[in-house]
Amino acid sequence: MNVETLSRIQFALTASFHFVFPPMTIGLGVFLVVLQTLRVVTRKPLYVELARFWTKVFGLIFAIGVATGIPMEFQFGTNWASYARFVGDIFGSPLAIEGIYAFFMESGFLALLLFGWNRIGPKWHLFSTCMVALGAHFSAIWILVANSWMQTPAGFHLARQVKVTADGTQYPVATDLGTQAFTLTEVALPRDYVVQPADLGQVRAVIDNFTEAILNPSTLDRLFHTILACWITGAFVVIAISAWWLRRRRHVEAAQISLRIALTMALISSVLQMLSGDSTARGVARFQPTKLAAMEGLERTRTEAPLGLVGWVSWRRDSAGQITGLESKTVGVPALLSILVSGDFLHPATAAQTEVKGLLDLPSTQLLRARHPQATEAELNQLRPKYWPNSPILFQTYHLMIALGMVLLGLAVLGCWGLWTGQLWQVDRPVVRYFLAALMLSPFLAHVATQAGWFTAELGRQPWAVFEVLKTSEATSAVVRAPQVLRSIILFTLIYLLLSALFITMLTKMVRQGPQPLVLNESLPERWQPLSHRAGHPGEI
Amino acid sequence: MTMDLNTIWFGLVGILLTGYAVLDGFDLGTGTLLLFTKDDHERRIFLNAIGPIWNGNEVWLVTGGGALFAAFPNVYASVFSGFYDAFILLLFALIFRAVGIEFRSRHPSPRWRRTWDVAFAVSSFVSALLIGVAMGNLLRGIPLSATQEYQGDFLTLLNPYSLLVGLTSVSLMTMHANLYLILKTEGELQKKLERWARRTVPAYLGCFALLNAVTLASERHLQDRVYDRRWLLAVLCVASVAVTFNILREVRRNCPGRAFISSCLSIITMMTLFAATMYPQLVMSYPNLQHSLDIYNGASTDKSLRFMFVVALLGVPLVLVYTISIYYMFRGKVTLTEESY
Repeated sequence: MNVETLSRIQFALTASFHFVFPPMTIGLGVFLVVLQTLRVVTRKPLYVELARFWTKVFGLIFAIGVATGIPMEFQFGTNWASYARFVGDIFGSPLAIEGIYAFFMESGFLALLLFGWNRIGPKWHLFSTCMVALGAHFSAIWILVANSWMQTPAGFHLARQVKVTADGTQYPVATDLGTQAFTLTEVALPRDYVVQPADLGQVRAVIDNFTEAILNPSTLDRLFHTILACWITGAFVVIAISAWWLRRRRHVEAAQISLRIALTMALISSVLQMLSGDSTARGVARFQPTKLAAMEGLERTRTEAPLGLVGWVSWRRDSAGQITGLESKTVGVPALLSILVSGDFLHPATAAQTEVKGLLDLPSTQLLRARHPQATEAELNQLRPKYWPNSPILFQTYHLMIALGMVLLGLAVLGCWGLWTGQLWQVDRPVVRYFLAALMLSPFLAHVATQAGWFTAELGRQPWAVFEVLKTSEATSAVVRAPQVLRSIILFTLIYLLLSALFITMLTKMVRQGPQPLVLNESLPERWQPLSHRAGHPGEI
Repeated sequence: MTMDLNTIWFGLVGILLTGYAVLDGFDLGTGTLLLFTKDDHERRIFLNAIGPIWNGNEVWLVTGGGALFAAFPNVYASVFSGFYDAFILLLFALIFRAVGIEFRSRHPSPRWRRTWDVAFAVSSFVSALLIGVAMGNLLRGIPLSATQEYQGDFLTLLNPYSLLVGLTSVSLMTMHANLYLILKTEGELQKKLERWARRTVPAYLGCFALLNAVTLASERHLQDRVYDRRWLLAVLCVASVAVTFNILREVRRNCPGRAFISSCLSIITMMTLFAATMYPQLVMSYPNLQHSLDIYNGASTDKSLRFMFVVALLGVPLVLVYTISIYYMFRGKVTLTEESY
């Protein structure tokens, strides 16, 4: 395997493993804010115990999130050095901003949350919880800004770096001028310039407008979509653990409180996620039509395009084994994709006439010609499949995400119905027991859905690192060799296996133990004591 | 030296990395010190002295990395792809540290604890060493091509000079941790740590003196550089030695707070000395000096630097407020509670 493939595997491995944890902390953060607010308002000791328990869980997840997050910050340098040089002027900023504005806030206030039960009062604790949750969301914002810029780059131009000697002659930047003095300048390239493979190391993206780069066409859609996915995941983690308690008739009151909050949260986020998903897909249709066609397995441009539900998409190959098109055997709703892409639900008949581009027309001939100026029309058509993402895989990941999203929505609806009718608490009934068992599996479904979503987003961008600007194969580090990457993949795999094993055992242990009453700390002034131990609240202990 | 945006960013990245050295310095050093005691209670006190803050300290490294990427993308790309194996090892060690401290006390068995303590200690030592080795190489120079790509391999990095810088870094962080722990402990253990300080401080001073001597006696390009700015460097050097000697004095006078501050100043002067020797270079190329990466050919555009400068101007005060408040909240001696490691 070459360096590009190995580096992609490593990035997918480290990013996927890392992204098991942030969605849980982002979701749990919101849940903790609700819990701490209830604690301050109602002053019930049970809320203190619950908040303490969920904060501990949060702390465990956060610690692994930080540990697995460190490689993410540096991998653009280690494995994607050419990418880092090419986009550094734009892409480094959101990462730095994330550090300055999100990480410090999150880690600092988390220390207060975790270790401050005997040091700060309930209101300060609520405030710290809000800051931790806010920090987690800030971090998501800046990562999504950076990633969305790779999907739909905006607010920049390309520039060629040249060396200029004293007599005014320009040399390519890689020229070794020996001891001759020179200055380094950049020559802006025309707006519609397309990077050629030969430009590597001389051309880079230069910022024009930070607002446009940050609020690029896909940022907001993808941000809401991801944050809602995080809320859903976090909510289902709480739901699963509480369902387990309830099923075993342990910590019943604590489980009921947690379920009430988390099921409501899951229902609201799942419903909103339907709207957000719709809007995100429409954005993809508009700004990354190649990705949409690959996700739906659409070979030919057509109107009344169907929305796939399940099926099988495979490559069509010629006798030489070259990819020439797609073969889709899918079941779907006729014309629904066209309607969704147009967004005009009130006039379905006209909306169904919306044209959806198929892979055979994508990417545009104009882009291909710009990248391959010497190629003939026939050669361009042969080159086109090299610019397609892996549609057979994308179709599956995309539809898996949707299907699981629907299942989770169903679970949330049923769960809330159980809450309102009170049937959820009748744990002796077999139906309820089966349902609780299903809830215990739900976080795995949420995680698979989230990962499938990210695979769709990232695989759908291929073969580009920066969509239609820089190819992934041109983004790797020039000096890193395949065996080095292979070694680091093995190292990461080993430590991640170890981390997972430990995480699971520790979490299980925590969950088995459940919420515990807080021990009185005599050395504290009374106003710092946890509320449950204060004088003046009789009957609360 | 002109005060342009590139110079400001040289300073800002320097501040972030110095912040990292001062803060994570004592928790990396605590790892090394952990092996000097066999008593589980003492080890727990050591670990809990850094318990609430180590996470926040590593954020300085991550933010420093982000700032380097934003301000000097070419340096970020050349250094991290060039030092691939060393850097993966550093990342591995940093993750292992987190695993070690998080998990050691989740199981009461002595064997479990010893395993994680050793893992924590070794990975802390390796982290401190590798950070020093990297700095040594940046100063001494690494083989760079005309396109600023690294031309050596992992073994090129392990040259005697850089290993000496690595050792200095380990001894500095161990000393720093020693002073921090004196501040956070009381009674017998504090006395014990004060005795240790009589070894760790001179050990660092020895490394520091040797490093300076070797720097002066080594490569020609380093000698020229030092000669060029000899007065500035001499002043910094004297200041660094003076604050380090002051540590011993403050420990004798029983002022652990002042001793710790002197130790922080010792790191700050050491980092300033390093920066003053490097400026305006960021990565020295050796033997082809003309291929070096400096604050101009390694930088982002002025527009980007200006935008990020405003971001930093608003953000850094916030960071300082958080950091100071957290340290204020967790001031005082370590007490072990249910939430402890």
